[in-house]
Amino acid sequence: MNRLNPLFTLAALIAVSFTLAGCPKKPTVKAGDTGSSAVTQTSDSGANTGRGTGADSNAVRPLSDTRGAMPSGEGELGATIRFEYDSSEIKAEYQPIIASEAKQLAGNRHLQLRLEGNTDERGSAEYNIALGERRAQAVKKALMLLGANDSQLATVSYGEERPVSDGHDESAWAQNRRVDLVVTAR
Amino acid sequence: MPIFFSAHYTWCSVPMSKTHQRRLLALWLLLGSAFSAHAQLTVDITKGNTSPIPIAVVPFAGDGLPVDVAQVVDADLARSGRLSPLPRASMPQRPNQATQVDFLQWKLVKTDYLTIGRVRPDGAGFVVEVELHNVLTGERVLGVAMNSTGTGLRLAAHRIADLIYEKIIGVPGAFATRIAYVAVEGPVAARRWRLVVADSDGENPVTIVDSKEPIMSPVWSPDGTKLAYVSFEGRVSSVFVQSIQTGVRERVSGRAGINGAPAWSPDGHRLALALSQPDGNVDVFVKDLNGDGPPLRVTDDPAIDTEPCFSMDGQSLYFTSDRAGRPQIYQIRLAAGERPKRLTFEGSYNARPRISPDGKTLAVVTQDQGAYRIARVDVATGQSVILTTGRLDESPAFAPNGQTVIYSAREKGRGVLASVAIDSGVVTRIMAPSGDIRDPAWSPRL
Repeated sequence: MNRLNPLFTLAALIAVSFTLAGCPKKPTVKAGDTGSSAVTQTSDSGANTGRGTGADSNAVRPLSDTRGAMPSGEGELGATIRFEYDSSEIKAEYQPIIASEAKQLAGNRHLQLRLEGNTDERGSAEYNIALGERRAQAVKKALMLLGANDSQLATVSYGEERPVSDGHDESAWAQNRRVDLVVTAR
Repeated sequence: MPIFFSAHYTWCSVPMSKTHQRRLLALWLLLGSAFSAHAQLTVDITKGNTSPIPIAVVPFAGDGLPVDVAQVVDADLARSGRLSPLPRASMPQRPNQATQVDFLQWKLVKTDYLTIGRVRPDGAGFVVEVELHNVLTGERVLGVAMNSTGTGLRLAAHRIADLIYEKIIGVPGAFATRIAYVAVEGPVAARRWRLVVADSDGENPVTIVDSKEPIMSPVWSPDGTKLAYVSFEGRVSSVFVQSIQTGVRERVSGRAGINGAPAWSPDGHRLALALSQPDGNVDVFVKDLNGDGPPLRVTDDPAIDTEPCFSMDGQSLYFTSDRAGRPQIYQIRLAAGERPKRLTFEGSYNARPRISPDGKTLAVVTQDQGAYRIARVDVATGQSVILTTGRLDESPAFAPNGQTVIYSAREKGRGVLASVAIDSGVVTRIMAPSGDIRDPAWSPRL
């Protein structure tokens, strides 16, 4: 299922040599008490793991268009860019961070970032997924303008699902409207 | 209780201004002891003015039963907001045969309908016999006998409530149904997401997916056997379809980028999705679940197009788009070369459409005086009516009888589910003892 490219393979080897914590866990599936239902425990690897009591695991078939998971399970937070309400414009105060990250990416083609777009909790959840992606893409474009390669930058949007502050006021929302630059390989 | 579910969820209905968390028993002690407490059930929101019809559900005859069937029926009817059950303490008599009923006594306590019943063992299960009497005419308007398995008494009770509701209101009830929702627990750095399926009254919650990454947007297949949902496991988004019964699941969309906002076609053969292009632009697609072909692109616009929902005839999609600057609801026919038509013009933010079972009304998230609330929009005229009064209400979904919209709300920092009766405005709420619950989806009838 994983579409292995050389960078991923290298990154995976590096990740494994540094830490075991990043290893994808074996999927575990436990049945509920009724015998007729099952809990699907998801794994960090993103594999298909669902399986019911007595069900044929082959019924879960990987599709050809599925994308492999990042080889590193976690990654390290490199930087955070924050945004105004309903905006994906990168404010001037963040330009030095963008420039610095882009320079590192241009200088080390093994360096890879996952750009995680996030929104505040207001409004519709799936619409916020699209807004978060817009922010992640804005950061990606800014980094590429300054020398980063497309292949070094993955984007994901968590919308309102992964706040850093669980408050429910403007100061919490301002913290949560952000793109996290997460190092996945170096 | 299921092994992996220690939390006990209870429905309760209280004014929006008060946050109570009560177990069902406590609620019922309250309802049984004070009529004023009972009145709280119907005064949450004043929108609409339907007066609930007074009814009494007398405890059913039967010894040593695992479920108080009459109590389940009573709670269902109360939650609808259309019927107002008499507290047990106010009942003048407790008949369980028609011959024992003294209608005059029930007229004196101003009860319009009287429900009596009997539960008796039958092999490994039970037979439940129920009669509904019109107190004013003395006429028996409903008489049914229902078989139940040993563990199915609650379901039987919900079916009885459905029949009583239909007899009196003229529309089938939606009590013998389930809800799916996402439970989120733990501090922001160590969150856990669970996809849970429970009875429509919040009982029998069962976790069907447990993840350290977000789970979103569950939707029931039209036959009620499967859920489609979004999972971020592996730190990428995917859409899965999972069997409730077996847990077997399939990743139906796992492209690079966004895979989100699943919505079933009425025939259950297709899934509408929001998918992103390599540049991050999100458009609406339709995937044939029986074929292996790529999803068919429905919208093509540099703006955000997401949150599709099939029309009841399966011929078009409603969706959210910010192509005019701010999110609004559009409709597009599923035929080559069709252009979307904008449906909402009231307010600067309308998103996440869900169609009513009769195909005439959309439930949407709308911005209202800086707050996000649930509104219903008339598909034909575009006119909208705001239904809720929260500040962060979202994710509306219709009950299968179209009488109620369930949605996510936030009260005092807690994520709760709430449902609002379309006609009466009565709000009912479900809350977990800890953590947030959100993203509700209402199953078809069981």
